[in-house]
Amino acid sequence: MAVKTPIYMDNHATTPTDPRVVEAMLPYFTEVFGNAASRNHSFGWQAEEAVENARATIAKAINADSKEIVFTSGATESNNLAIKGIAEMYAEKGNHIITCVTEHKAVIDPCKKLERQGFDVTWLPVLPSGLIDLDALRAAITDKTILITIMHGNNEIGVIQPVDEIGAIAAEKGIVFHTDATQTVGKIPVDVKKSNIHLLSFSGHKLYGPKGVGVLYVRRRKPRVRVTPILDGGGHERGMRSGTLNVTGIVGLGKAVELCIQEMESDTKRLSGLRDHLRKRLLESIPESYENGDPNHKLPHSLNISFSFVEGESLLMGIAEVAVSSGSACTSASLEPSYVLKSLGLGDELAHSSIRFGLGRFTTKEEVDYVADKLISVVEKLREMSPLYEMHNEGIDLSKVEWAHH
Amino acid sequence: MAYSDKILEHYNNPRNVGSFDKTAPEVGTGLVGAPECGDVMKLQIQVNNEGVITDAKFKTFGCGSAIASSSLATEWLKGRTVDQALELKNTAIVEELNLPPIKIHCSVLAEDAIKAAVKDYLEKNNKEVPEVLTAGHHH
Repeated sequence: MAVKTPIYMDNHATTPTDPRVVEAMLPYFTEVFGNAASRNHSFGWQAEEAVENARATIAKAINADSKEIVFTSGATESNNLAIKGIAEMYAEKGNHIITCVTEHKAVIDPCKKLERQGFDVTWLPVLPSGLIDLDALRAAITDKTILITIMHGNNEIGVIQPVDEIGAIAAEKGIVFHTDATQTVGKIPVDVKKSNIHLLSFSGHKLYGPKGVGVLYVRRRKPRVRVTPILDGGGHERGMRSGTLNVTGIVGLGKAVELCIQEMESDTKRLSGLRDHLRKRLLESIPESYENGDPNHKLPHSLNISFSFVEGESLLMGIAEVAVSSGSACTSASLEPSYVLKSLGLGDELAHSSIRFGLGRFTTKEEVDYVADKLISVVEKLREMSPLYEMHNEGIDLSKVEWAHH
Repeated sequence: MAYSDKILEHYNNPRNVGSFDKTAPEVGTGLVGAPECGDVMKLQIQVNNEGVITDAKFKTFGCGSAIASSSLATEWLKGRTVDQALELKNTAIVEELNLPPIKIHCSVLAEDAIKAAVKDYLEKNNKEVPEVLTAGHHH
């Protein structure tokens, strides 16, 4: 069967909006267009009802209460609100925050900003598996620690952090625990009660919902967690996030979450099967290729592989009709290779040589085989012109070569 | 980023990929860059008794622009004398391939690889190495 190109396999970056989600959203643009905060006419009431239905669906999906769901513009805003909001609200209690080096920039940069403002931040390293060391977390806690913020699923390597254990440690020490669950909500089970999560961020567009809408879960009981708002205004969302609610986006997010929960079991089974097939084909056909991140603690749709001796951007060029991402410096604005891959202890060279595959609800077996075929032949072609591969075949240890740095 | 047609053309049909025997006296080899920086270029020239480059080959680990820069360099080197090879500047590569600013370092690396190959050839054959090749070049 002929495969239609381009093929989208970058579902960690964003997902297409499910047509069923779009359909659910449409009436809220033109017919039910009211402001959910309008209290004195039916346009407002209907909009509010739609928002509250979505809120209830989302709350149920993560085992929370409706009143604990704060709508935002996306996970970046949610992370900022959680981290800066806790730092300000709990400043009298302490000034120490614990996070991890593989977090998304939307967690790293707020933490760095707080660091510049005088907060102490502990940047936990990760093990070669990509997981944090729980003993290191325990050891980092001081009587000044006010927040532990550790992501649930990693956006580059798909590794799932042990949130149950982290939550238990935080609960034992009476510290607020925030997790960026952007890659996990709707993909794997998330239970804020079971995992003792106090704050949790995610956005709509990673789970087949629209862009520009997200959630911050803020726990109300045992313990009651409070955050200082970033935006001041009409006091929407229980005062934590002022601004007219994005009713269409919220309706779409609610529908997207509903579908993800309904289809989680079958999606997980299908996608992990396809992912395992892709992994097997690539690792078996391409010598000196390595999977990044612990395969036993990984999102079902996620795969990250380094192909030694070839550079990521040139690989992407060779598979131009396939949309994936690379940890290569050349593909980033900063010209630095992926900090996540470097933190695994990989040499920079393997970070430059990595490709991230993000399968999704609409990925087919034919697409996976097409991508595997294409990659196998492009890696072979590029290795033929790689001086590193030639040196490797001559028995030269590349780590011992004195390179002319530039 | 969108690539220029010329970069794509060199990437899809790289010229002169391969290796000469680096121990041969008529061969000069330049190996520049570093794996952790994301690009390594090996460029080799084969020089006849008149000092004319009769053949050139490359192997490159790097992005498409780095591959295209070294591919183009080998094309341009053939038929030049060793002295003329040193006149080849990275700016000419930038212009020919239409490299965006973020990829200019690829052309600089190609220029460095040419210089390193010429230097290797000259030293191997006990010829005088011009000053431009002995001063350390950093960027």
